[in-house]
Amino acid sequence: MSEQSERGVPVRESEPILEVRDLVKHFPLTQGVLFKRQVGAVKAVDGVSFDLHKGETLGIVGESGCGKSTVAKLLMNLEQPTSGTIRYKGEDITKLSARALRAVRRNIQMVFQDPYTSLNPRMTVGDIVGEPFDIHPEVAPRGDRRRRVRELLDVVGLNPEYVNRYPHQFSGGQRQRIGIARGLALRPEIIVADEPVSALDVSVQAQVVNLMERLQDEFGLSYIFIAHDLSIVRHISDRVGVMYLGKMAEIGTDEQIYEHPTHPYTQALLSAVPVPDPETEGRRERIVLEGDVPSPANPPSGCRFRTRCWKAAERCAEEVPLLAVPSLYAESESGAAHPSACHFAEERPVVAAA
Amino acid sequence: MTLLEVRDLHVDFHTRDGVVKAVNGVSYSVEPGETLAVLGESGSGKSVTAQAVMGILDMPPGRIPKGEILFHGRDLLTMSAEERRKIRGARMAMIFQDALSALNPVLTVGYQLGEMFRVHQGASRKEAKAKAVELMERVRIPAARARVGDFPHQFSGGMRQRIMIAMALALEPDLIIADEPTTALDVTVQAQVMELLADLQREFNMGLILITHDLGVVADVADKIAVMYAGRIVETAGVKELYRSPAHPYTKGLLDSIPRLDQKGKELYAIQGLPPNMAKVPGGCAFHPRCPAARDVCRTELPPLAAVGDGRGSACHFWKETLGE
Repeated sequence: MSEQSERGVPVRESEPILEVRDLVKHFPLTQGVLFKRQVGAVKAVDGVSFDLHKGETLGIVGESGCGKSTVAKLLMNLEQPTSGTIRYKGEDITKLSARALRAVRRNIQMVFQDPYTSLNPRMTVGDIVGEPFDIHPEVAPRGDRRRRVRELLDVVGLNPEYVNRYPHQFSGGQRQRIGIARGLALRPEIIVADEPVSALDVSVQAQVVNLMERLQDEFGLSYIFIAHDLSIVRHISDRVGVMYLGKMAEIGTDEQIYEHPTHPYTQALLSAVPVPDPETEGRRERIVLEGDVPSPANPPSGCRFRTRCWKAAERCAEEVPLLAVPSLYAESESGAAHPSACHFAEERPVVAAA
Repeated sequence: MTLLEVRDLHVDFHTRDGVVKAVNGVSYSVEPGETLAVLGESGSGKSVTAQAVMGILDMPPGRIPKGEILFHGRDLLTMSAEERRKIRGARMAMIFQDALSALNPVLTVGYQLGEMFRVHQGASRKEAKAKAVELMERVRIPAARARVGDFPHQFSGGMRQRIMIAMALALEPDLIIADEPTTALDVTVQAQVMELLADLQREFNMGLILITHDLGVVADVADKIAVMYAGRIVETAGVKELYRSPAHPYTKGLLDSIPRLDQKGKELYAIQGLPPNMAKVPGGCAFHPRCPAARDVCRTELPPLAAVGDGRGSACHFWKETLGE
């Protein structure tokens, strides 16, 4: 890993390994039984762009319904995008033939949220972790598989003697390790992790997060880390994107987003996270938003956040704000100079330093 | 008088694999207007204790071999079922984690809210409906009058949790037990719901038992904390003292293992190993296999919950060293 610094932060000049541009996914809403006609669409993802560099972790945060899991499915090619491109090493993977897609898929793997339902209860751990080799036999010749599976279990901190056990014989944290071992089997370059620690106990979460960081350094992996827990995302990510209702509201390095947020939604989100320290907690200013997230089938015009925003003005209803560095900070060296999709983007520190 | 006092409570479950001792001698108390947070991981016995207090434990397989639960000074465990039913719902109420499965999907929310008044106060249908609207307004559900006839699935997660809170508050109870009330909610909605709960608690001077695994939520709202591990309380303290200087290695480990919003931090501290299987709890101190400070005595001798100064308690043989660090 010569091109990486010690914490796995990539040299920014490097070519992005994954380039996502204007990604859109609309799920049709239909009416009628025999003659289905489309009456609308759930705009789950509506124009999302970002890059992922080698060895980097991009965190994606947002509340339920913001489209973050749909982005994960699109990246995995489990869903076909309505429009937009996903370039892996320059090649658009949304338009590949089945055969070419299979080769690409080897390099992009996924770790799921729920370790209880993402492992087949009737397969042994050895079969689960070794299954990717059935689809990609070129990675491990038949006779070698057993050994490879034991190696993988060892890498994720499980006893290799457990190959013949079934998922129900493991705890939640151990199952998540099995899921990670399966994700690593084909030596991928990118791992898309959708809420990988949300279902785990607090003391076990730290173990799994540490494991993922160690594996990243060891294998030079790039992560897309999707979560709703902002503290964990800050811990693991080099860059963070904040999503709201199918759009990217703000994107930047972890310091830019957490110390210098300029989008009102990011500010509200950060201020709402309870900090486990009663003394700073009392000193923090809390922004409590009114109401709920609107339905993605019928999003507000203009800026999607305007219905809950305290800064909303007429312009917000008419004009969709673009994700760009706010003009206020265009010349500035400060942390606030990063893309933010708000007409009135302005820095407001909300995370009190300890 | 103390609102609720749990004394030396034990709860067993009789299973095919033998007796599982889910709760082993738990004691805590709550005063009117006070918030007690019960913190623990899955299987620590925090919810089972609450279910025993509410009287909604399935018995069998559950059994309460020992202990007292004093509510306004009277022991709930020796009361008749009839007396207990009058207290449950009216004087003490519970808010569950998953509002969608706690509400009946085939009845309107207005009907379910009104049921409280019909059953406990013999109100007519019309009166009950009017009171239901009033309750929905109190928990700040917009357009309450129009939505009283809606079904639970027509509300968002945050609104459903408000309905649960409205139902718990209906008869103005003295004590509310909230079991992970915001775990299933998004961060911004979680902040709304916790704020609402705190406002209402202040207004009615209710005692609140908040059961959670989220150290952040606890720091925000609790007055005092009881940390549970393997069916026992391992540490009790006021919220500030606990965060400033934990007196039990488990609490310390938990606090060190959470990533912080305001710090980037290096590698996270991780408590080794896994929470114990409650059918085979380790001897001595149940935490010793995972404890970085464990010594011989920890393997053989169960540490009592000892007083460690100003209302604090720690069940660690070496609490002085833990505090001293």
